[in-house]
Amino acid sequence: MKSKFKQSIHRALHDPNLTGALGKFSEAYRVNRVKAYEGIDFEALRSRIAEIKSHAASHLDSLSELFAKNAEAHGAKVFRTNDPLKVKEYILNLAREKGVKSVVKSKSMATEEIHLNAYLEKAGISVGETDLGEWIIQLAGQTPSHMVMPAIHMTKEEVSDLFSKEINERLSSDIPRLVKVARKELRAKFLNAGMGISGANIAIAETGSLVLMTNEGNARLVTTLPNIHVAVVGIEKLVADYQDIAPIIKALPKSATAQLITSYVSIITGPSPNTDGSAKELHIILMDNRRTEMANDPKFKQALQCIRCASCLNVCPVYRLVGGHVFGSVYTGGIGTILTAWFDELKKSEDIQGLCIQCGNCKEVCPGKIDIPELILELRRRLVVDQGMPLVQKAIFGVVNNRKLFHSMLRTASLAAKPFTTGKFIRHLPMFLADLTDNRSLPAIAAEPFRDRFRKISQPKLKEKVAFYAGCLIDFAYPEMGENLVKTLNKAGIEVVFPEEQTCCGAPARYNGAYEVAAQNAEDNIKALLAEEVKYVVSACPTCTVALQHEFTSTFESLGQSEWMPRAKALAAKAIDFSTLVKRLVDEGRLSFKEGERLGKITYHDSCHLKRTLKVHEEPRELLRKAGYELTEMFECDMCCGMGGSYSMKLPEISAPILQKKLKNIKDTAAPVVAMDCPGCVMQIRGGIDRDGASIMVKHTVEILSEQLK
Amino acid sequence: MGNGGSVMFEEFKSKAEGVSAEVYRYATKADALDFITQFLQKEEVADTQNSYAVWAQSPCLSEMDKTRLSGIPGVKFNVTRELAAQAKIGISEISFALADTGTLVQDSTAVEQRLVSTLSSIHIAIVRTGDILPDLPTLLSKISPEKAGYIAMITGASRTADIERVLTIGVHGPERLVIVFVDDLGGTD
Repeated sequence: MKSKFKQSIHRALHDPNLTGALGKFSEAYRVNRVKAYEGIDFEALRSRIAEIKSHAASHLDSLSELFAKNAEAHGAKVFRTNDPLKVKEYILNLAREKGVKSVVKSKSMATEEIHLNAYLEKAGISVGETDLGEWIIQLAGQTPSHMVMPAIHMTKEEVSDLFSKEINERLSSDIPRLVKVARKELRAKFLNAGMGISGANIAIAETGSLVLMTNEGNARLVTTLPNIHVAVVGIEKLVADYQDIAPIIKALPKSATAQLITSYVSIITGPSPNTDGSAKELHIILMDNRRTEMANDPKFKQALQCIRCASCLNVCPVYRLVGGHVFGSVYTGGIGTILTAWFDELKKSEDIQGLCIQCGNCKEVCPGKIDIPELILELRRRLVVDQGMPLVQKAIFGVVNNRKLFHSMLRTASLAAKPFTTGKFIRHLPMFLADLTDNRSLPAIAAEPFRDRFRKISQPKLKEKVAFYAGCLIDFAYPEMGENLVKTLNKAGIEVVFPEEQTCCGAPARYNGAYEVAAQNAEDNIKALLAEEVKYVVSACPTCTVALQHEFTSTFESLGQSEWMPRAKALAAKAIDFSTLVKRLVDEGRLSFKEGERLGKITYHDSCHLKRTLKVHEEPRELLRKAGYELTEMFECDMCCGMGGSYSMKLPEISAPILQKKLKNIKDTAAPVVAMDCPGCVMQIRGGIDRDGASIMVKHTVEILSEQLK
Repeated sequence: MGNGGSVMFEEFKSKAEGVSAEVYRYATKADALDFITQFLQKEEVADTQNSYAVWAQSPCLSEMDKTRLSGIPGVKFNVTRELAAQAKIGISEISFALADTGTLVQDSTAVEQRLVSTLSSIHIAIVRTGDILPDLPTLLSKISPEKAGYIAMITGASRTADIERVLTIGVHGPERLVIVFVDDLGGTD
């Protein structure tokens, strides 16, 4: 990562206004959003939106044409272009032709995208942003740090300084007073402007209409008071039919700000009368700027399903720490990373794509049903294809790709690290793991990996067999978790086999864009795990389970490889996570817990992949309750712990504060034990608790359950 | 109106009040006009700048006894941009209300309809109680953009949270939205 980028992260993390405002907002947002959607079938709603927008994305050209035809039939002028410069020239020429000296604007990301304001101002036309947040950042000479709340990073004191300078009067930082000042100042601009420029939230092809949604009421003034209205519309805003707007109007405010609806929604079709009795001049610019190209890309077409609500920012554990400006562009957050890569260029996303920790929060709330984390991985993959991989990383994955070498290195590491080990934790790890220990203690590499210990476990010979996929962390750092798993399954009358040739699940390679390496890992594991006939392939690591169930196939798909696909699918069908399997065995009466146990309070941390990809969250809770624990939920139990595999190595400065929040939430429950289903989370949280000194036991569910089963 | 209508009114009221609108309901036009008259007096509407009340063309006016308003100077029925910009109160008649979000809907193609509901500090909206619809999809089947060039939906007062996420009422639009339902308006129900 470039040092300039690292510096901008450092600045953001050390800006208490920013982290304070964003943190508070994002914590409240998650709660309020749920309330706003109460009684609504969100899955059905977003499926409908995805369907509408995906249909539109498949028909951008014909819908643009139909829109233009219908809007023109109503008297609007429609200009279609792919080129941002042509958009700017069109508006400037129009302004000159009509003698427009000043323009008022309501919020439009499309005009931000093409830097329209600077262009018009350079030509001597004064431009007034009228959305309060946009006006604030215009006065401050900044870009928006959030798509819906552009000035969320600024304090009322900073705003009062800006306004004081603007009106030459010392103002206090009283917010209602500042809003009044804005009303008064901007009211004069509205009344004097010769042209109003807006964007559009939706463009309806069937009727040639624009839908504008605001809370402040500025879009109504922009489209009413000046005699000329220009709307700049990205063509991804098109929908086919009038009725299509209902689900979007329903979801957008709920997802954006947890409101049932925005204060104002306007549906504008053709010119309406001006206040002087003339008919308005209505110009609608349909801007492509690579959107058609995006629609033709099978992977990225779904990004056009975005309705610009910014909920992906609001739930992001990274965004809530660093805000929008580190993204260095107009569009911020998860979807912003993707849009920047397209509307600017792929290279522009090189650094910012690395901010994604792949927790999947955004995917869960996206009203357009966009798989943002997957698209960010796809950006990584393309960047690696385009620009190659940093040398060190290449060396690491060269090793990971060679199972024997990788495993022998991990064994060596266990010996080499000995002098540095204190108790169960290590202060220094060799080579590529070196940076890991800055913010939390790390487990020692086990003196004897699970694969060696496994041979010493004496299991009864049983008919029913299940293959255990250990994954690197259990194999080399937490072999006892594997032993507990074997013990548990034996109790259910199942014999565990451990295919020796199994290797890394490929997740680290995949999450770093090295899909070829991930594909090789997949192939090796498929061979190993399907060699013997077993009922299930069980893993006690959700990231590994996700790899087996979902990612082997999707990696092959991304690379256009089909040879291993059928076997990858066969393996996916057998793959299961530990808690789901145990729950099944308990339900079938094959496992039961010791009776009458009262084990006290416990809290449970949901691991990202388990909760959001595998959709498993009730199973471990139910098992822990049945074992005799009293479950106390922590605040944001399903928020990422900050581990994210190699993320905690690359961006330890972000990983650390995420971990701190998690530790606080755990401690606030006053439970003496915290359980989780992922060895990666155990590593992060156990290490954090060790550094913190709190006396809380951090355990994998497998370690707890195996003790309590009959 | 039937029982279903009353349920919708109650839902509308609770949703609209949730976004700081003020909701009233009167059985007769005369009662509604009484309320509006008193409201204008209380707000000290007068024939001076920033104290006008502008009343946009609305069918209900023909059913109301306008002379009762004559005691209040400053009530204007010919709405211009200049008057609206200097008005304290804007009054308009609204075609539909949506129960599930507390939203008012109007064909605002005529510019005076927009002037009175955008520029003044207080917007009084008159609605026939029988025109409450359950939700947006129902509305879309009743109002066509082909016929109504500027469809305006209004929910609560103008608001912002752009400074430190603090909810503040009355940015560019009205800071108060007063909704007056009238049961016997139009007489078709």
